[in-house]
Amino acid sequence: MSLMKSLLAGACLTLLPVAALADPALIFDLGGKFDKSFNEAAYNGAERWKAETGGTYKELEMQSEAQREQALRRLAQSGANPIVMTGFAFGEVLAKIAPDYPDTKFVIIDMVVEQPNVQSVVFTEEQGSYLAGVAAALASKSGTVGFIGGMDIPLIHKFECGYAQGFKATRPDGTLIINYTGTTPAAWNDPVKGSELLKAQVSQGADVVYAAAGGTGIGVLQAAADAGVLSIGVDSNQNHLHPGKVLTSMVKGVDNSVYEAFKAGTEVEPGVRVMDLASGGVSLAMDENNKPLISDEIAGAIDTAAKAIEAGEITVHDYMADNTCPVQ
Amino acid sequence: MERMPKWADVILTPLISLVLAFAISALVILAIGESPAEALKVMVQGALGSSYGWGFTLYYTTNFVFTGLAVMVAYHAGLFNIGGEGQAAMGGLGVALVVLALPWPHWALALPAAAMGAALFGALWALVPAWLQARRGSHIVITTIMFNFIAAAALNYMLVNVLRPVGSMDPASARFPEAAHLPKLSEMALGLGVEWGRNTPANVTFFLAIAACLLVWLLIWRTRLGYEIRAFGKSEPAALYAGISPVRITVLAMLVSGALAGLMAVNNVMGEAERLVLNAVEGAGFIGIAVALMGRNHPLGVLLAALLFGFLYQGGGELALWTSIPRELIVVIQALVILFTGALDNMVRMPLERLFAALRRKGA
Repeated sequence: MSLMKSLLAGACLTLLPVAALADPALIFDLGGKFDKSFNEAAYNGAERWKAETGGTYKELEMQSEAQREQALRRLAQSGANPIVMTGFAFGEVLAKIAPDYPDTKFVIIDMVVEQPNVQSVVFTEEQGSYLAGVAAALASKSGTVGFIGGMDIPLIHKFECGYAQGFKATRPDGTLIINYTGTTPAAWNDPVKGSELLKAQVSQGADVVYAAAGGTGIGVLQAAADAGVLSIGVDSNQNHLHPGKVLTSMVKGVDNSVYEAFKAGTEVEPGVRVMDLASGGVSLAMDENNKPLISDEIAGAIDTAAKAIEAGEITVHDYMADNTCPVQ
Repeated sequence: MERMPKWADVILTPLISLVLAFAISALVILAIGESPAEALKVMVQGALGSSYGWGFTLYYTTNFVFTGLAVMVAYHAGLFNIGGEGQAAMGGLGVALVVLALPWPHWALALPAAAMGAALFGALWALVPAWLQARRGSHIVITTIMFNFIAAAALNYMLVNVLRPVGSMDPASARFPEAAHLPKLSEMALGLGVEWGRNTPANVTFFLAIAACLLVWLLIWRTRLGYEIRAFGKSEPAALYAGISPVRITVLAMLVSGALAGLMAVNNVMGEAERLVLNAVEGAGFIGIAVALMGRNHPLGVLLAALLFGFLYQGGGELALWTSIPRELIVVIQALVILFTGALDNMVRMPLERLFAALRRKGA
């Protein structure tokens, strides 16, 4: 039976839809392309490349955990090169399939995959979050600030830990409330729960809340604006979502990573790329939307802390190095 | 009303329903400004036009055969098992526990053990709703669908807290050992010297699915238990009068049904992912309902309907990849097929019956 099919299939093989060779491709993880945060940053990077070069790229949105392998294989099979994917969850699958497509270059963001044709882009989120903690400490009137994480994983604890270090360094007597949305990838896309968590934190006295939760953060920022407290966005610049209500955003240069990968095309350099504060990989977003909120004192403190981190005078502990945080 | 010839009942009716469903889908695609002909071409080529497409289509077909058979067996006992999703998810847990528990020397040993684990977990997951139905009269539709949610939550818990390897962030089990790797159809073809469907997930479980079709046919139409199941499904009072225990038949039919749904996990968990991930079933449990309805509750029909839905699934995925037709529209197309072949079956059947009756009168 399979023999007959293979004969049939062989005859049809030439009819395969063939993509323009070496178009790059981008895969968005759960949470969706327009999560106004992590995935959308990647989308913006790809769009920037498209606008500048006039090229085209393939894109694919994950709908469920089980599709990852097939999506990757399909894109690789179609000749897309390089293939960029957002999110640590692709790590295991990519490690499995990368050797099957030695001529295709893969770029994975937020995870390290050791393969000769994979570029791994990781960010020093703890440094950017440290600055966010400094800003929160100075902007808070009550002395209580909050953190709302998406999925409860070491990567998000890295944000939390950096934030806590910056906050406690500036305001040692302050209180930090920490909540996580869930334990599965669904936690990246649950704005309703995000807003509930924010309300709970506000009732405990928090008046600045940092959301590191992908699409869930939209709910946090909305509820914060409604409740009249300040919020801190993540991954993309989210200041414009509620002008005057979002203190700042801890921006990860995901867009730049995607843009650079697309620009390098098949010449993407394999290996690990660490994007830190000094190289502009992470930063706090400052624009006209949050200008009234950032006093000279806050701006000065952020600047000082950033310089100290870049100079190595402050070492922000990376949670993922030992899965513990020196500050609680 | 006089009956139609068998071929009209079995082939013509679903075919007309299918054509109607595709016609309306074409109108919808036209309405959003895309070309239906182009869409059809992409779907057919993507799913059937290459050995690569076939490799995926057969993989999905295997999933749907198991869940379709599961719905079918319960249906013959007059029970509507819509818990295939949860039973297949628990089957996945069974597979993962069995494969990870022992250092299997060879897949030929691991496969029967994993299949037993999958069937056992699936059957046990169907046991509670079956018992509640048989003893307490709690409606099986309500209980099985509620058990889907319990299964999803239980699996969440197991993957996050128990099966996740140390140091991993992904809520998924450890990778299965290399020795438990099931041969892919592509690898078997390569063994025969044929290059077929490289890197596709269709695997040896496909043959297990065909064997399951045969066994289910034997069970339903060639055994005493099958006769009792059918008798019970046709009329409970009559079955009771004939000395058939409703409790026994309800529980047994659901156990077989749950075991079949659970067996699907051999294909998707052991054959494809080679580890247990969240949402591994991907709605196949629900598609099984449509497959059973469209297959007119016969194993051969289930096999053909599963092939159709395998084609729709794979073709739909290709459509999302190669055209700007949004993924949601593919769900619309699948839903239309389900609607026409399942819910609106009589809309086609009754005019056809009348037509055949009229033809017969004219002939006589």
